Amino acid sequence: MRKLLLYLIIVTTGFVFVARLFYLQIYNTSFASLSEDNAIKVIYDYPQRGAIYDRNARLLVTNQPSYDVMVIPRELKPFDTLEFCSILNITKDKLIKRLHKARIYSPRVPSIIIPQLTKDEYAYLQEKMRKFEGFYIQKRSLRDYQTENAANVLGYIGEVNEGIIKRDPYYLSGDLIGIDGVEKQYEKELRGIKGVKRIQKDRFNRDIGPYKNGKFDTLPVNGKDLTITIDAKLQAYGQRLMQNKRGGIVALEPATGEILALVTAPTYKPELLVGRKRSPNFTKLYYDTIAKPLFDRGLQGEYPPGSPFKTINALIGLQEGVIDTKESVSCRMGYYYGRNGRKLGCHSHRSPLSMVPGIAHSCNAYFATVYRRIIEKYSTPQEGMDNWRKHVESFGLGNYLGNDLSAGRPGKVPSAKYYDRVYPNHNWYATATLSNSIGQGEVLATPIQLANMTAAIANRGYYYTPHIIKAIDGKPIDNENYVKPKYTTIDKEHFEPVVNGMHEVYTQGTANFLQVEGIDICGKTGTAENYTKIDGVKTQLTDHSVFVAFAPKDNPKIVLAVFVENGYWGARYAGRIASLMIESYIKGTISRTDLEEWVLTHSLEEEYAKPYSGEPFKINQ
Amino acid sequence: MAKSSVAAIDWITVLLFLLLVGFGWGNIYSASYENEVISLTDLSIVYVKQGYWILFSIIIIIVIQAIEAKFYERFAGLIYVIALLSLLGLFVFGKTISGATSWYAFGPVGLQPSEFAKAATALALAKFLSDMQTNIKSIRHQLRAFLIIALPALLIIPQPDPGSALVYAAFFFPLYREGLAAIYLIIGASAAVLFILTLLFGPLWVVLGIATIMIAILVKKRKQKPKYSRYLITLVFITGFCFSVNYIFNNVFEQRHRDRFNIVLGKEVDAKGIGYNTNQSQIAIGSGSWTGKGWKEGTQTKGGFVPEQHTDYIFSTVGEEWGFLGATLIIILFVLLLIRLLHLAERQKNQFSRVYGYSVIGILFIHFAINIGMVTGLIPTIGIPLPFFSYGGSGLWGFTILLFIFIKLDANRVNEW
Repeated sequence: MRKLLLYLIIVTTGFVFVARLFYLQIYNTSFASLSEDNAIKVIYDYPQRGAIYDRNARLLVTNQPSYDVMVIPRELKPFDTLEFCSILNITKDKLIKRLHKARIYSPRVPSIIIPQLTKDEYAYLQEKMRKFEGFYIQKRSLRDYQTENAANVLGYIGEVNEGIIKRDPYYLSGDLIGIDGVEKQYEKELRGIKGVKRIQKDRFNRDIGPYKNGKFDTLPVNGKDLTITIDAKLQAYGQRLMQNKRGGIVALEPATGEILALVTAPTYKPELLVGRKRSPNFTKLYYDTIAKPLFDRGLQGEYPPGSPFKTINALIGLQEGVIDTKESVSCRMGYYYGRNGRKLGCHSHRSPLSMVPGIAHSCNAYFATVYRRIIEKYSTPQEGMDNWRKHVESFGLGNYLGNDLSAGRPGKVPSAKYYDRVYPNHNWYATATLSNSIGQGEVLATPIQLANMTAAIANRGYYYTPHIIKAIDGKPIDNENYVKPKYTTIDKEHFEPVVNGMHEVYTQGTANFLQVEGIDICGKTGTAENYTKIDGVKTQLTDHSVFVAFAPKDNPKIVLAVFVENGYWGARYAGRIASLMIESYIKGTISRTDLEEWVLTHSLEEEYAKPYSGEPFKINQ
Repeated sequence: MAKSSVAAIDWITVLLFLLLVGFGWGNIYSASYENEVISLTDLSIVYVKQGYWILFSIIIIIVIQAIEAKFYERFAGLIYVIALLSLLGLFVFGKTISGATSWYAFGPVGLQPSEFAKAATALALAKFLSDMQTNIKSIRHQLRAFLIIALPALLIIPQPDPGSALVYAAFFFPLYREGLAAIYLIIGASAAVLFILTLLFGPLWVVLGIATIMIAILVKKRKQKPKYSRYLITLVFITGFCFSVNYIFNNVFEQRHRDRFNIVLGKEVDAKGIGYNTNQSQIAIGSGSWTGKGWKEGTQTKGGFVPEQHTDYIFSTVGEEWGFLGATLIIILFVLLLIRLLHLAERQKNQFSRVYGYSVIGILFIHFAINIGMVTGLIPTIGIPLPFFSYGGSGLWGFTILLFIFIKLDANRVNEW
């Protein structure tokens, strides 16, 4: 026994070790795959990002190659830092800091040292690259813009951040992703799928051919080309007209809901956000909190819609049967209501007016009467208000449109509940909410919602959700949300008098000086009061100039909503711009060059500077 | 005499030794070479140095074989004292390398006396046990034997090099072979099992579990009138042990020691921090599969993923580059060497030679078991080298001296009478 003990222990230990080796080396394959992580280099093959075309197949966005200088810290050999820094135009401190950061991130995994070199920088560096061991150049593709417009529509691409990498394993550090606009919304289609190549490395980190003969490699799938609904020419013209003004233009094709133009002003050139310039330029744009160039006013600006909203009240009045097209309402420079003779003011026009001239002359008294009847039709104002709201919402107001634009706001349509909260005793009546009748008060809408509302009128009762995508890789979209009409709660026959009223706006109403020869335009002016706070004091600013229009009257081709901040009355800026846009789109040329000249040469910058001047100022001049 | 002695050398052992050293050098080469032109005199290159250490160990072997066998028995005491003094001297003249004051520096060469103290202790213990006066059954002599073993170990612990000190547990084997009561073995083995169980389940559950088992045994044996007091005393000792283990583990051990145990027991997974070595070593071995990646083709080895790979973790290179077959071959070589040595030890007619032989086997076995156990992740990280394999001059010479003194003793057995 005493002789055997050590013998037994030795043999047993031998068996245990062999069994352990068997477990580690043969049975459990996870260790083997862990070693692959260490010794196999994965190379990604980035596909070309899809191009973007406008509705007339004009190329808007394509690609240009860009070159990142990468480093694998472990493979660095001493190099001439002075030469390296002078080629790449960075300071030595910066280089050392970045190398340090890369080493901390991982000594084995490549990190970007200098992103997105231009072609020229690359060509020069390429010759010298062999001197700098441990560095290499990774080719990527950057956007190349063939247009100076529509930056807000197209969006931009940038490097993924850590949050995205964590959420979506597809993305790796240094990958590019669409951050805004179409680039963001159609990222999956545009980016394609990157290919993977696994390279076996030997002990000197040299490539020794594809791993397992390329069994696990995949080819890149190219990104898809997009055709968007924008008309590049109209977009460009819109941006030109909006120079030196702030606001938005939304142009739709009512028969499809396609967005023909989406202008916001002020804006920027899309090429500003490409490559290495992106970061400083973006910062500059981002911190301009006064002009807010990154704020898409066409999509995100929630404004009181003003008089164009009267058309909706007219339609609801007809639908609810509280008024007909013949009844006239008298107006004595306003609408008087309540015991103390309170007044909703109006401007001077002939009186009394029925519906069609009521719209044409934008009579406040007329619509106050209609609105009051709508609310008071029911036994309580709560019921009346919610019924009214149901109709308004059927025009796509008061909520997100649910479209493929990366930004949007819901606007606001007040409900009975809202007023119950404001008046805790529930003792409110139609008159307390009377401003809603003329699109002031609690109603808010974005320009695109106004355009969509107008499209529903132009179509006489339905709209298609406004969208930006027209075709993917040449195939027209079949997304139900965009190809199925959405019906309003108003019957078709009630639209004709409203359309006629909007037509009269041009023939004899508030925009009669803006007619275009040969085109029957329907429109509605709007002048929206607005306020701001200056040093904590609520101060009224010059009214916003609002205009909605569609043309031609029958079988409309284009719908517009134009919004010019502090542009004063509706026809002054917005109406002129709408008229020019319609002429440009339908006729292709501008005959009224004097009108165009007026718009291009008039600036509102002075107006915008007023609240920041620190001095008292006058409005509505 | 010289002629008979050379002829009597056990060439099987020598062959196994040469195979292990040669294979070891090949793996050190693979683990440490860079693709560069080197000169054979460049002592900054690990495998060049190891080559010189191997050449020098052959000189040592020849010297050992040339000295008369009786010398080792006669001067065992003196050698032991010199070894102790050299360990003591470290407190004054020692050079600190990576935190441990274990070296004497002679220019570029460092000598680690603890590697030689093992052989000295083996000689001293053999000398003591083979003394006619010594009776291993007597407690007094047992204590003296323990003292011989414990002195160098106690001098090594504060270097600090607890791994090398642990090796002195190997002397349990010759003691047991020479008649030490089996109760020491039982107590020792039980203590080890209890230690691990306590770490895994906590002292309370272990004590409760053992108490339950005891009660079950007592219930079954109640008709044979068992001695209840013995069971009770045993249980009290076990309880005391378990709770003190728990206390020592949590309050005396340092965090790094706790971590090492926790990783092996699967209580913590920390692949980047303390568990990095063991984890990388297992990855390297695991990636070897059946036949390995081939010499110098180990991607893990090349990548330098396993720290200390040419020293304590050299076996991971074997696992990666030679695969399951190669690694198993090394295990078999070691087992064969140990069994061969057992055979040699048992055929000694001289008690001194037998005790010394058992000491050699015990020391080699402990190194082998702990090192490979650690590299394959079976036991906590205890940094001791793999005999004949790991890089290091002192280690190689220490093992060479240890082994070849025994070969000399064995070769001399024919002249014993």
